Amino acid sequence: MSRDKSKLLYAETHEWVDVAEQGGQKIATIGISGFALEQLNDLVYMELPEVGKTIDAGEEFGEVESVKAVSPLYSPVGGEVVEVHAELPDNLEKLNDDPYDFGWIVKLKIDDESALGNLMDFAAYEKQCAESG
Amino acid sequence: MSQADPSSQTYAQTPLDAWHRSAGAKMVPFAGYEMPIQYESIVSEHQACRNAAALFDVSHMGRLRFDGEGSEDLLDRLLTRRVTDLPIGGVRYGMVCNEEGGILDDVLVSHLKTPSESRYHLLVVNASNRAKIVEWIKPHLDDFPKVTFSDRTELTAMIAVQGPLAMETCKKLFSFDPSRLKYYQARITDQFSKPAIVSRTGYTGEDGFELVVRAEEATRIWENILLAGRDAGFAPAGLGARDTLRMEAAMPLYGHELDESVDPISAGLGFACNLDDREFIGRDAISAVKSAGPARVRIGLLPEGRRPAREGCDVLSTHGQVVGKITSGGPSPTLGHPIAMAMVDVKHAEATEFEIDIRGKRSPATRTKLPFYRRAKK
Repeated sequence: MSRDKSKLLYAETHEWVDVAEQGGQKIATIGISGFALEQLNDLVYMELPEVGKTIDAGEEFGEVESVKAVSPLYSPVGGEVVEVHAELPDNLEKLNDDPYDFGWIVKLKIDDESALGNLMDFAAYEKQCAESG
Repeated sequence: MSQADPSSQTYAQTPLDAWHRSAGAKMVPFAGYEMPIQYESIVSEHQACRNAAALFDVSHMGRLRFDGEGSEDLLDRLLTRRVTDLPIGGVRYGMVCNEEGGILDDVLVSHLKTPSESRYHLLVVNASNRAKIVEWIKPHLDDFPKVTFSDRTELTAMIAVQGPLAMETCKKLFSFDPSRLKYYQARITDQFSKPAIVSRTGYTGEDGFELVVRAEEATRIWENILLAGRDAGFAPAGLGARDTLRMEAAMPLYGHELDESVDPISAGLGFACNLDDREFIGRDAISAVKSAGPARVRIGLLPEGRRPAREGCDVLSTHGQVVGKITSGGPSPTLGHPIAMAMVDVKHAEATEFEIDIRGKRSPATRTKLPFYRRAKK
């Protein structure tokens, strides 16, 4: 599996979303962008949500910590957590090398697709990153 | 992830600003300056300091000079530490307190002699407190008409070189060997063809020295030291590594462990108060705390697991009662696990087990002796 970062959707807060059909359900896989990871640097801890938890679009679903600071993770879409990447918190050093495949964080069963309309495509996200330097 | 806060405020720049930018440093606003928080990685900069040496631009710290008769008496009035018996070449750590014993700043005072044999005192203050301390000093100058007070911060730069190889490597570079200084000694040299102050002091728990040089000389000297130590593993280090290093060494930081609501005794800095040899501002209040015992004290905690406890987290007893707050906390790159300092109610300070409320989740923590890290003595 290899996710193409140019085909993903992005939140202003630097999370990426990959939406796929699975058994008649829309499933969102969520991670954080390579740009954001470069800014964070020296990751030491990640807190994941519990499977079964329902999260609203824009709600905090976990946090990632670098040596210096804690950064909340915001869910770009709403839905129920169906899977979490349990190996990730113990292998944060791999996240920088592979943010879009190994670096997936949670999968949500989407309950409201309208939030997807607020997200950016890759070109718009790249523009945001360039502007924020 | 959150967005960077765009700000139109302008910040001062240190004389090394252009160098930091060309080296790709990530610059952040800090105490009115734009300062490098890191170049490549906080962890690798931290390790360079523990294993070889790191260079820090600390030009943002305030450098206040007192010349003329009465300087020592003025400083004796302002500092918790006696200055009148500080020999030439001596450096002392102390605090400036208000009448209530609250800490206005923690400072280093050096007694220096210029090549033309005139003597002066240099007070190094925290960047965030410089304006406050200058204002605090001014009204006292009326009582000491022969004292000339000058803020030298913007005319000079300050460079810290810290690490086990700092002395050995720089011996070759300087005409004056900095290892001839004992810990907490300083002298003026005509190093680099211009006057410079070299002191054997620092803020990382490592051996090393700090240089005060003319602003226009800063980049040349910085580059010379970095080049001399390149093969040994010297690296420039930002504020991020400076913070993790000083936390491991359990050195207090103003605005975290120290502020105007904390007295030196509660902060565990009673050693830096000479209470019995003279009057000074705050002495009576500090003496009273010393006799009665402080209400809260600074302790070290080891949070269980990998999740760091950060500043502001509540510290609880094992019975769930809030007994204090984390003042500094984060991962320790040297030790490989989180560390934290806390101010806790003195009645609970002797307990060995605590809990920390890390943003809504309680996590166990064990009390430990400070510092967390102590360098091996040669």
